[in-house]
Amino acid sequence: MFLMMLTPALADSSFEQLVQTNAKLISKSSSKTVGPVLNTLQQFGGAEAEAFLTNWQAKKLYFIKKTGQFVLVKKAGKAADGKKQMHIRNAITGEEIGLVPAKSVKQIKPNSGVRSKIAATLVPFQLNSNDPAIRAKTLKTLLRNIESSHLLPLKAAIANESVSELKTQMEKAYVFGMLAHGAEESEVEVAILSLAGDLSIDVRAALTPVLASTIVVAKEIPSEGNLARVITPGRTIKKADGTAARLNAIGRKDAELTDSTAYDMMVARGLAPAFVTRNMRDEALVASVMNGRVSSFSLDDLDNENARDTAYQHLVDRAAAPPLVSELQRQKAIQGAVFFALYNNPSSRVTDAARKVLNDIQTKVTLYKYLDLMLDALSLASIYFLAAIGLAITFGVMRVINMAHGEFIMMGAYTGYVVQLFVPNYTLSIAIAVPAAFLVTFAAGVAMERLVIRHLYKRPLETLLATFGISIALQQLAKNIFGTQARPLTAPSWLDGAFAVNDVLAISNIRIAIFCLALSFLGLLLYVMKRTRFGLETRTVTQNPAMAASMGINPDRINMLTFGFGSGIAGIAGVAIGLYSKVTSELGADYIVQSFMTVVVGGVGNIWGTLAGAAMIGTLQKSIEWFNPSNTLAAQTYMVIFIILFIQFRPRGIIAQKGRAVEA
Amino acid sequence: MSKLFQETVLVQYLFRNPSILIFLGTLAGVCLAVTILGEGFGLGLISTSFIKTLGKTLCLCIIAIAMDLVWGFCGILSLGHFAFFALGGYMIGMWMMFARTKIIVIEAAKNNVLPPTPAEISEAVGTQIFGVVGGAEIPMVWAFADSLWAQIAFIVLVPGLLAYLFGWLAFRSRVNGVYLSILTQAMTLALSLYLLQNDSGFRGNNGLSGLQNVPGLDDVPQSILSITFFLVSGLALATTYLMAAAVVGSKLGNIIRGIRDNEARVRFLGYNVESYKLFIFVLTAMVAAVAGALYYPQAGIINPTELAPIASIYLAVWVAIGGRGRIYGAVIGAAFVSLLSSYFTSGQAPDIPLGFATIIWTDWWLILLGFSFVVVTIYAPQGLGGFIEKLARQEKG
Repeated sequence: MFLMMLTPALADSSFEQLVQTNAKLISKSSSKTVGPVLNTLQQFGGAEAEAFLTNWQAKKLYFIKKTGQFVLVKKAGKAADGKKQMHIRNAITGEEIGLVPAKSVKQIKPNSGVRSKIAATLVPFQLNSNDPAIRAKTLKTLLRNIESSHLLPLKAAIANESVSELKTQMEKAYVFGMLAHGAEESEVEVAILSLAGDLSIDVRAALTPVLASTIVVAKEIPSEGNLARVITPGRTIKKADGTAARLNAIGRKDAELTDSTAYDMMVARGLAPAFVTRNMRDEALVASVMNGRVSSFSLDDLDNENARDTAYQHLVDRAAAPPLVSELQRQKAIQGAVFFALYNNPSSRVTDAARKVLNDIQTKVTLYKYLDLMLDALSLASIYFLAAIGLAITFGVMRVINMAHGEFIMMGAYTGYVVQLFVPNYTLSIAIAVPAAFLVTFAAGVAMERLVIRHLYKRPLETLLATFGISIALQQLAKNIFGTQARPLTAPSWLDGAFAVNDVLAISNIRIAIFCLALSFLGLLLYVMKRTRFGLETRTVTQNPAMAASMGINPDRINMLTFGFGSGIAGIAGVAIGLYSKVTSELGADYIVQSFMTVVVGGVGNIWGTLAGAAMIGTLQKSIEWFNPSNTLAAQTYMVIFIILFIQFRPRGIIAQKGRAVEA
Repeated sequence: MSKLFQETVLVQYLFRNPSILIFLGTLAGVCLAVTILGEGFGLGLISTSFIKTLGKTLCLCIIAIAMDLVWGFCGILSLGHFAFFALGGYMIGMWMMFARTKIIVIEAAKNNVLPPTPAEISEAVGTQIFGVVGGAEIPMVWAFADSLWAQIAFIVLVPGLLAYLFGWLAFRSRVNGVYLSILTQAMTLALSLYLLQNDSGFRGNNGLSGLQNVPGLDDVPQSILSITFFLVSGLALATTYLMAAAVVGSKLGNIIRGIRDNEARVRFLGYNVESYKLFIFVLTAMVAAVAGALYYPQAGIINPTELAPIASIYLAVWVAIGGRGRIYGAVIGAAFVSLLSSYFTSGQAPDIPLGFATIIWTDWWLILLGFSFVVVTIYAPQGLGGFIEKLARQEKG
């Protein structure tokens, strides 16, 4: 650039000459013919060339019909005779030429193919632009698609780049360019090795084509060619790095080549006679039907495979059809040939390096995916914990089977929705919704305890039925009030994003929030139950109401408050769950069975137990999903079966309660 | 001759237990009345669809008896019996769907030049049945679907085996009371999730459909089929009632009542409590499965939502409303609540205008039902049956 600025006059004159000699090709450009012109312009370089190309690309370039000179135009007022006029100036020097009639100039309209070629030509200019935003924008396109002509200018730009962030990006783009277009084996190898340990998706996407391979069948493996893998039909699968691995029973992958495709490949290469499929055999039989018979066979007898094969054999004997290839013959033919894949890249040095780097990256990616899985499990566990924590009090401490617990969760979520109807600020509305949900469900819980559960403390199984009645009534009531469609409970925008560690590992903020909420619930609950007067009285009443009463505690009051407290916590959980999923009248019902299982698996009567139960169920479900990600239903099924078995061996849960209170 | 008749065990038994006689008489009367008034053989005053509703109600009464045996008499609040019910339905449904599809396929293949081979038929049947879940092969579990007798055997064997395995595990480790209820609920959930999967071989959430058509009986009109199913269901209900009465009246009945009231004491008396519980659990599971096998051909369709955990809770509620520990109570509860339910949810009930709002029964019925559970549980723990007995005592006294 510096050199060019020293000799402006020379550049000026010769650039104009250069352009005008190629005038025809520029004004009537097509994507096929424009290449050489663009090359010359690019080689010439300089600010004029860049401006010229930019104008051309933006359809701002005109030419004077008579002389063919390139000009830029500006609309002017109409002339005295009413014809349109234009101010024109030289497209290269910018020198004013004057007013001309609009009809005497013509716009150059390059089509999209030409425009994209111009864009590619502009890349080196833009890489050296003084504006970092332009450089960054160009880099983005380069990272997606780089051409071999960009490599040299890119290398030069790397040396000049001052912004370190852009510099690393440029280096990455250069490496990708080398991967795609590098001619020198050692250069490509160095480029590949420089990518080691980079977990981003575009690196993996750039490495994969280097390891692309083509399947070949032959009598034996040739000595030349860059061998990727030897394939056993029906037995091996293709790994991401192009090598083969044995098909194992656990992974639900299909073999790379089935017997029939393998045989078809052999047929295509002329290594084996064509296979007559059942359909082809039957078509041949149908085609040879005469007077209701196929040679000597009556059609009615051809209702099984053997008879059809025999009839077809008759056709073969008369040379009216190609012979059948039996399954055994097909197997033998396949065993007689070798199937293998050759890397499309002939250099084993390059593919070896790519394989090594890709495998290292894959190992790290797998590691991070495990970590991601653990975090997923953690957040699922937090949700289960939130859903079950209220039950841990009402069921775990008070032994009341509250089937309407799920509906309290739903009530909390709907409270959040209603609050958001009145308070448009999401942050503020959530801050109001949490205590509001607690109050609403606390009141509902107290009312339910007073009206229903109080009468049933001696009959726990019947509490189940009565609370189930309340559950379906509340569900239907919610449906009648809010309708059947899902209602939104919108999280504030600061909960929207995700905390990204790298391209593989990202945790959404809402999950972090739910995790924190679950943790604070745990702390709150432990504090209330273990450190406050209320918690002490609750435990006393649960263990022995009569004794508690004689000590001056009012069991009625304590039962009422405890139940209200458990219900209120369910309400807050409802707000959190509503943020995470949609609010419907069935929201609670979705969680009720899981919640009971969480409490039972963890161990009734122990808050730590509920935590352990939630952690186990969450981890288990995510781990099973890991093996078969497409089928979450299967994961749930196996999880429930596991829980059933688990309860057989630890009927009192992970943290079993001891002492006399157990039998009560 | 008449003396000989009076001496047969059954008749003696019946005369010793007038409540059974009353029940069987009422049932026979209802069956006769419906047959005479129904469309198939009689006057046509009752529509075929209502006969189907009545037939289904009879099946629900059967499973209610099973529930009463296991809960009202043995004290095991099982929330899994509707799973056995649906499983029975699935077993018969498999045969009905398979056999009918096969008949259709063979009919369609008559136009082909070559008569179809067995492999071709099964392939076509597979595509017809499993096309909706993206499969064409007939899964292993359908291996015997072609044989009516095998599937009839499976109706009792499969739920029986499942109940045996589950019960053996649960009772052996002495899972009791509420825990057992939750565990049975988990079993139901697992089964419904399993059936919901597309690749488990039961057509996922599509379930089995077209069950109202009995294979090979395409010429018989629905009116005749429905009344036949109704009468068969009535017969099954009578049989179940007699069986349940026999179980309850026997020594076994005393032991299971003892288990309900104080399990530990029965165990200390030297009885093997687990075996008794397991016997009752498996027996009632089989009864429930038979009821399901009769129910779903009348309903026409079965899918995994049928065995959602909530269905089993409804079942418990029917028995509670009817009155636990009385066999006729279970029948009354099931018949009363399910008929009332279908009356209110079908939109036949007139809306009640209140001025400021209108009570639309399809919307408000569940709320009424829910609160009536609460009222019955708190104020009438003996259910409708208890109420009837109270009236009877008052008359006598």
